[in-house]
Amino acid sequence: MAKIYMDNSATTKPDPEVVSAMLPYLNEYFGNASSLHSFGQEAAEALNRSRQQVADLLGAQPDEIIFTSGGTESDNLALKGTAYLKKNAGKHIITSVVEHPAILDTCRNLQKNGFKVTYIPVDDQGLIDPHDVEDAIIDDTILISIMHANNEIGTIQPIEDISRLAHEKGVLVHTDAVQSIGKIPVNVDDLGVDMLSLSAHKIHGPKGVGALFVRKGTRLETLVHGGGHERGKRSGTENIPGIVGLAKAAELAGQRLEKDASHLANLRDAAITKILGSIPESYLNGHPTQRLPNNVHFRFSYVEGESLLIMLNMKGVAVSTGSACSSKSLEPSHVLSALGIPSEQIHGSLRITLGRANTMDEVDYVVENLVETVTKLRAMSPITPKN
Amino acid sequence: MYSEKVMEHFSNPKNVGEIEDADGIGEVGNPTCGDMMTIYIKVDDGKLTDVKFKTFGCAAAIATSSMITEMALGKTIEEALEISRDDVAESLDGLPPVKLHCSNLAADGLHAAIEDYLNKSKSN
Ligand SMILES: Cc1ncc(COP(=O)(O)O)c(C=O)c1O
Ligand code: FES
Repeated sequence: MAKIYMDNSATTKPDPEVVSAMLPYLNEYFGNASSLHSFGQEAAEALNRSRQQVADLLGAQPDEIIFTSGGTESDNLALKGTAYLKKNAGKHIITSVVEHPAILDTCRNLQKNGFKVTYIPVDDQGLIDPHDVEDAIIDDTILISIMHANNEIGTIQPIEDISRLAHEKGVLVHTDAVQSIGKIPVNVDDLGVDMLSLSAHKIHGPKGVGALFVRKGTRLETLVHGGGHERGKRSGTENIPGIVGLAKAAELAGQRLEKDASHLANLRDAAITKILGSIPESYLNGHPTQRLPNNVHFRFSYVEGESLLIMLNMKGVAVSTGSACSSKSLEPSHVLSALGIPSEQIHGSLRITLGRANTMDEVDYVVENLVETVTKLRAMSPITPKN
Repeated sequence: MYSEKVMEHFSNPKNVGEIEDADGIGEVGNPTCGDMMTIYIKVDDGKLTDVKFKTFGCAAAIATSSMITEMALGKTIEEALEISRDDVAESLDGLPPVKLHCSNLAADGLHAAIEDYLNKSKSN
């Protein structure tokens, strides 16, 4: 049977080059980077090299990179680290309604601890108006955190404009770039951000490792105390194999960006055209152009997404859905709700996220099976209109 | 996450469709996640001689619909009314805890169809 992975926003397959770069650090170079002997020094060199590689990808300096356990921790560190440090200067944070739970849940926690959070809405294509962000700034505002690209619908936010407006009023800007790295250019100076989160496993690296870029001069309260690793910002013996894997993945993401982006956009546009052309009452979610090159997000009337996903899985196709039925809370996706899509339509949502290794033949196979599956489920559905 | 039995009924659901001249129709919605199911029954001499369903919902909802139509077919009205949510889940070798509410939909749908039949036969 076919085995087609098109859920690359959930995670990606580690690149073979990443795996081979990591292996020596699981085998012979196992030292602790804090040790002064040769074992430790090999690890410390790998750590330095890795920091440089990640900095290079972002157009940053090595001492602006803090390694973490992934996107979630980076987001926590950016938000809580800023909030706790600046709590005497102000207690107001601005974010958006479509952020990843790593941001939203952290904000809710900060609210419990006395901070105020404004959640900026989006339009029906998932875009934030930078002027809404500007208008939300008050004297008490200490931080703005808006994601670079959305993990569900792939909408790309105008971070450059948000940063400019925020800085005019002296407010720090953080962006969650977990989904945009490797798909569109991400340069911290072009974006103008003070902090930026990234995660290795979304760019063909290993799970459980990521980084937070913190611009020189920007200070944070430490969340994980201990032996003073990562310049005192995040203690704990460094995950050298993971960090080496992240660095290799970052290097490859930089080298392959142009080729990957055009390949992905090709597949994406073909998939969108084919689906729209072959499935009646199918609608593209998200923005038609301000969109990650690997994101295809649809809703199909009268069918439920979990059924769709499981049926496609039986045909060897791995995708995801924002349907209430597939979530642990049985709530529909907060992102699709924020677009104003009614919940019965959210039920029929399907996310296809392409990766470097996908081919046009795979797109054809997936579309063919999608048509068949939607037709089968519609025939079974009591809400499909009779014609 | 799903048992083999659930997957069997989901990939090959039994008794999908509508009964044109149904004796009872049960339409239920699932308040938890917002899904819908319609069950059609045909009754002859106090027995369910035909049971069909249409469902808009997750794999568990489709599998429980299919399962309950099989369980109800050939039963008397009284026996069919006794089929509970737990019976459906059990016949499918269990459901994941978050999916237990989907078996409510099937049992409620069947009971609603029988109720509809009983009301109609009363008014005749
Ligand atoms: C936008 C976004 N932010 C944060 C995360 C969390 O990253 P990680 O899985 O590395 O903790 C994800 C991944 O699901 C994501 O898509
Ligand atoms: S029908 Fe929604 S979870 Fe089963």
